[in-house]
Amino acid sequence: MAAEYILEMKNITKKYGENTVLSNVSLKVRPGEIHALLGENGAGKSTLMNVLFGMPVIHATGGYSGEVLIDGEKTVIASPHDAMLKGIGMVHQEFMLLPGFTIAENIKLNREITKPNIMSRIFGSKLESLDMKRMAEDARRALDSVGMSISEYTMVRGLPVGYMQFVEIAREIDKEGVRLLVFDEPTAVLTESEAEQLLKVMKNIAAKGIAIIFITHRLDEVISAADNITILRDGQFVASCAASETDAVRLAEMMIGRSGESGEFSLVTAEPREFSKDTPLALKVSHLSVDMPGEVVKDVSFEVHEGEIFGIGGLAGQGKIGVPNGIMGVYEAEGDVEFMGQKVKLNDARAALSSGMAMVSEDRRGVGLLLDESIEDNIVFNAMQINGDYIKKLLGMSQKDTKAIRKHAEDMIKELDIRCFSPQQHTGTLSGGNQQKVCIARALTMKPKMLFVSEPTRGIDIGAKKLVLETLVRLNREQGMTVVMVSSELMELRSICDNIAIVSEGTVVDVLPVDAPDADFGLAMSGIKPERGGEARE
Amino acid sequence: MDKSRIRELARNNIVTIMFVVLCAVCLIFSGYSPSYVAYELFGRLSRNMFIVLSLIIPIVAGMGINFAITTGAMAAQIACLLVLEWGVPGIAGFLVAALLTVPLASLFGWLIGKLYNKMKGQEMIGGLVIGYFANGLYQLLFLFIFDNIIPINNPNLTITGSTGIANTMDLSREGGIASSLDKLWRLPFSQAVLAFAAVIAVILVIGYVKNHEKNSKRLGIQLGILAVAAAVCQTPPVKEVFSMVNVPMITFACVAVLCIFNVVIMRTKLGQQFRAVGQSGTVANASGINVNHVRIIAIVFSTVLAGWGQLIFVQNMGAFQTYGAHGQVGLYAGAAILVGGASVVRATNTQALVGCVLFHLMFILAPAAGKNLFGDAAIGEYFRVFLCYGVIAVALVMHAWSAGAKKKKRAKEEK
Repeated sequence: MAAEYILEMKNITKKYGENTVLSNVSLKVRPGEIHALLGENGAGKSTLMNVLFGMPVIHATGGYSGEVLIDGEKTVIASPHDAMLKGIGMVHQEFMLLPGFTIAENIKLNREITKPNIMSRIFGSKLESLDMKRMAEDARRALDSVGMSISEYTMVRGLPVGYMQFVEIAREIDKEGVRLLVFDEPTAVLTESEAEQLLKVMKNIAAKGIAIIFITHRLDEVISAADNITILRDGQFVASCAASETDAVRLAEMMIGRSGESGEFSLVTAEPREFSKDTPLALKVSHLSVDMPGEVVKDVSFEVHEGEIFGIGGLAGQGKIGVPNGIMGVYEAEGDVEFMGQKVKLNDARAALSSGMAMVSEDRRGVGLLLDESIEDNIVFNAMQINGDYIKKLLGMSQKDTKAIRKHAEDMIKELDIRCFSPQQHTGTLSGGNQQKVCIARALTMKPKMLFVSEPTRGIDIGAKKLVLETLVRLNREQGMTVVMVSSELMELRSICDNIAIVSEGTVVDVLPVDAPDADFGLAMSGIKPERGGEARE
Repeated sequence: MDKSRIRELARNNIVTIMFVVLCAVCLIFSGYSPSYVAYELFGRLSRNMFIVLSLIIPIVAGMGINFAITTGAMAAQIACLLVLEWGVPGIAGFLVAALLTVPLASLFGWLIGKLYNKMKGQEMIGGLVIGYFANGLYQLLFLFIFDNIIPINNPNLTITGSTGIANTMDLSREGGIASSLDKLWRLPFSQAVLAFAAVIAVILVIGYVKNHEKNSKRLGIQLGILAVAAAVCQTPPVKEVFSMVNVPMITFACVAVLCIFNVVIMRTKLGQQFRAVGQSGTVANASGINVNHVRIIAIVFSTVLAGWGQLIFVQNMGAFQTYGAHGQVGLYAGAAILVGGASVVRATNTQALVGCVLFHLMFILAPAAGKNLFGDAAIGEYFRVFLCYGVIAVALVMHAWSAGAKKKKRAKEEK
């Protein structure tokens, strides 16, 4: 308790070869405070945390310069295990949970409580049997402290993502002697109510004297939860300040370093338009049901006019993401879908693509991209396969038209501002925002008449978000492309859409104009159809 | 919904179902009497089940089928040779050989585990190749090192008129260990069933007392089924079918103990680590588990157990081909466990045992069925060989297919 700071990182500099990713960054965290670490993707947050945890990637690439002090004592953290022993825990962004284990087993993973048996007396403590009962009791305590009532014997496989996040936190809390917890984008996958609960839990933990480093994109959460804030930009230390002395707009400015923009909430605005009844329909969906795990669609019907930007919103897990996936044949679907007056064959991704629809998937690493292929190949892949573009005949055989592909890829890279070394860079090495841009480029290369974008801004930074949204609006206004956008962020939908359907429990509750009152959206999200043109009555 | 669930069930167990059907067809055409089939089957099961069960731990630890158990078999055969040379007879010889197998197989397992850690994801093909490579070293050892550098004094073991170890190792001579384990205690089938039913009942009751759930309904059903099964085996027609079967109790007890071991080990800290590593190396590593170390331990376990399994095999056979007995051990055991419905990522005791039964049924019945259908003994023999390899290929391909089906479906849709 002697030292004022539980953790001090002084003048940390890290180079990957010629590339300096961190230069002279400092971070100071007091016991019991929530310290937000802000920065765009690629600002150096992850590298800083890798240094803190002694990840092998740091040591394998020549280490770092600068000092790490824990409790005022200079230390070198050699490995993640070492970090654990020093009382530093991490709540991962990608879940470090085993699906085939129960919650209790996951919480106690590699810290199992054991009791001796015949085998262990002969062959050593590794063969001691697990004391499931006491493990479950510990797990119960940890779960209670994060406010989760679910049984500790439940399998992790099939849990909603929000629950997994809390299990992760419970695991870290259960560790003895934990003094510093790092939360890496903990709210990225949570619904609003879950995120609120998480912030509450974080404050509870901090109140017990455990320091928290909170990495996030959501500025409003920072303002409401954090005590102090450190901001990084392009590997440089920008500022460190108390949360009470600043606001979201200023933080956004410092993060992206472009002044004159007014923060996250009005990144892009497009005037909503009204469509008369006789505007031809682009898409008519009736009684669609989709069997997508975690996003089951029961009975969805809606219509999209040609040239419209149509939003689909709703809380996470209610089925909104299942809609585009069902129509595009990614998951099994039933129902009637008409596109430009033609019936679309369901459960056939090829047919959906050939009919002139394209989709930017929410699961860009899983479904969206071939991570081991180059950017240019990813961009033209669908167009080559479905439309037969970018193919030339040579001696009667089809060949890739490398020159045309390169040119097109370069155009796209410029147009969408994809940050990369060259069109031949593998997409797996790009950051999330840039991967998303590659996905969009690929969808555009199909020259679709209609574009589905599913959670286009999930997990990407503000700069990339803005660009993505602007691109959508431009495509719509300049090329007349119909856009159906699915997003968890209502503000985003309201800023660029013409009409928004709110999905709850697998059905469309209502289609609302963008300028409908907030209360209407709120009601619709909770599954109650608001009455038009007035206050909703009980 | 119901229909799709049945289809799902069928797809997941397609290999097992296909084998049940094939076995049934072969049974009809083979013309063998049920009692002969039962006799043959029990003989084969007693000598082979142990080896198949030794595959489970590496599968749980995420390394697929450990085809390199061949090296465990080699360790057992080296131990066998030494025991024959020293002339330790009977069960004492068997136990000495079992003891000798442990350090040898552990060494081999450790080396293989090291190698597997260098080739994560390719363990199965690696294991096969190691098997072939090790065979070369084994030949060097038996043809040259033994008898030339390490003197072998027992004249029955060496090639007459030359050096090296003889082609066949006969365990049934005086001082051999043939049937040493089997003949300790034999019981007719009906009595053996009673004995094993009693043991299982005790285990179930102990399990019930120790379990925190105290599901007495399930215990009742389990005990009821056990009692009915035991009773059915006492009826004359069933007795008649198994009249020729004389169960080697200790051998089957070893199998039962291994089954229990496979369950118990999974409930220890080490077992938890096997399971964690099998599900995700990344997650296990992040929680501080030494993944490579755990993987090596899994392979050492598997190799030692396989070595013991090979000892049981050779003592039952009474003799073995010095240069060939180990050759197919990995492939056959792997095929058997696959036939039982296991996959390269999931395996249970039940699957190993069921697979063993089906695989050996096929082995017994197929040649006779082939002969009766085509009227030529040579064709029957051809059938046996053809089916051996066919079985493995089909089981592997079908498992690859059903495992990859979902993945492929997604990839296809993306295009």
